[in-house]
Amino acid sequence: MLQLQQLAAGYGNIKALKNIDLTVPAGSIVSLIGANGAGKTTVMKVIMGLIKPEFGQIFFKGQNISGIASHKIVSLGLSLVPEGRSILSRMTVLENLEMGACQRQDNEVQADLQRIFQRFPILEERKAQLGGTLSGGQQQMLAIGRALMSRPELLLLDEPSMGLAPLVVADIFKVIQEINQEGTTVLLVEQNVRQALKIAKYAFVLETGRISLHGQAEDIAKDPRVMEAYLGGKK
Amino acid sequence: MFLQQLINGITLGSTYALIALGYTLIFGVLNIVNMAHGEIFMFGAFIGLILATKFNMSIFSALLGAMVAGAVLGYLMERLALRPLRRRKVSELAPLISTIGVSIFLESLALRLFGPQAQSFPSIYAAQLFEVGGLKISAVQIIILAISFGLMVALRFWLAKTRLGKSIRATAENIETANLLGVDTQKVIVLTVMLASALGGGAGVLVGLAFNAIEPTMGITMGFKGLAVLILGGLGNITGAMVGGLLLGIAEIFSVAYGVSSYRDAVAFGFIILLLFLRPQGIFGSKEQQGGR
Repeated sequence: MLQLQQLAAGYGNIKALKNIDLTVPAGSIVSLIGANGAGKTTVMKVIMGLIKPEFGQIFFKGQNISGIASHKIVSLGLSLVPEGRSILSRMTVLENLEMGACQRQDNEVQADLQRIFQRFPILEERKAQLGGTLSGGQQQMLAIGRALMSRPELLLLDEPSMGLAPLVVADIFKVIQEINQEGTTVLLVEQNVRQALKIAKYAFVLETGRISLHGQAEDIAKDPRVMEAYLGGKK
Repeated sequence: MFLQQLINGITLGSTYALIALGYTLIFGVLNIVNMAHGEIFMFGAFIGLILATKFNMSIFSALLGAMVAGAVLGYLMERLALRPLRRRKVSELAPLISTIGVSIFLESLALRLFGPQAQSFPSIYAAQLFEVGGLKISAVQIIILAISFGLMVALRFWLAKTRLGKSIRATAENIETANLLGVDTQKVIVLTVMLASALGGGAGVLVGLAFNAIEPTMGITMGFKGLAVLILGGLGNITGAMVGGLLLGIAEIFSVAYGVSSYRDAVAFGFIILLLFLRPQGIFGSKEQQGGR
């Protein structure tokens, strides 16, 4: 569904991504793991058109989307839950969700809204509250719900577990699996490597702007280098 | 006497509020102070005047014409003076300087087109006086109050309820997030600048009616007052701009009414300084840094 080919990008003189080849097959969960500063978030930003690639191509459903404006990429069926959640804190929970559907013209927006409220009942309870007043876990649910409101075919999640309590993290990962089972392809960036590899079908390991390892998630989880670096040694 | 002056103050203040709303909208979305706003306001006043006198239009059509002219000027300013800078990621001060350039250009253009002397609207509107319970209200005052409050209510409603209004608020809060949610932020920025300039142009006609004097240099003082209201109300805060504008108008009228007319601006601005000592973030401002480019 999504293909990155020889992608390079950076911030001015800093080359954050050097040569990235990455494939996300339709219907799967793909995890992208790596240390801080490896370039994971940059990959997400480049896919969404927030950073223009210096070299290489991005294909989504066979269409070259590199260099297209972000709002057009959203309309093609991609949606990003950004790192740190980026809730619009001066707008209400309901307005945040409505903004997720801001490009849609069909009349099923209300039905989708109800579906989000069914998945996250707390959001319905707090729908008139300002986004900034929610707790971290609730904000993450809101960010995921908001991204789903655009009916994406491919959902990008950038560190959804960041700063959340273990129980909440488990919830979030469960939700990600449910979303995937309902037919949405997922590309997941995570520091929580153990969990990320458990739910993913494929995994890519990113090291200083390059893919150092990729394959089936379970094989990656057994790879001695990954166990050493990210899973706290051999068990 | 007191109530009479209060009405006069609210009338003047409502025009200040309209001007300040223009600053506020642009500051919210672009995080810059549009120094050309006063000159767009002045152009609106002249366009309205020409439509009313040369083309014999009613005051409402003239107002509409002035707003359209304001929107067109806003569009040109965004495309020619702001967008080229945004693309290059230059210093935050560059667009500010650029709008100062636009303001000088517009003022010189107005001097060339309309001449340096002050002109005024035909006095048919000012002559009519209505008496309501001992208070005197002129037709002009009623027009000004109705239009400026009408515009403010409409704007509030539009920002709160419509899809486009919400897109503007989302863009004002965080441009990258708005982008990721599928908002065409370039379009929202153009639209906001046009809307702000239309309000400025409309305010020009209303102030022209109120003071009965329109001249190419009127943009500077009015621009500063709008700017003061922007800060008084709290940067980028819509409610703050409305309340701040009304307060400044009332303060000014009262300083005239109670004997210090030659110090009207000094009293009004002194009052702003005092308020800012008490609430440095503005009446409705929050302490956190807001907005993004």
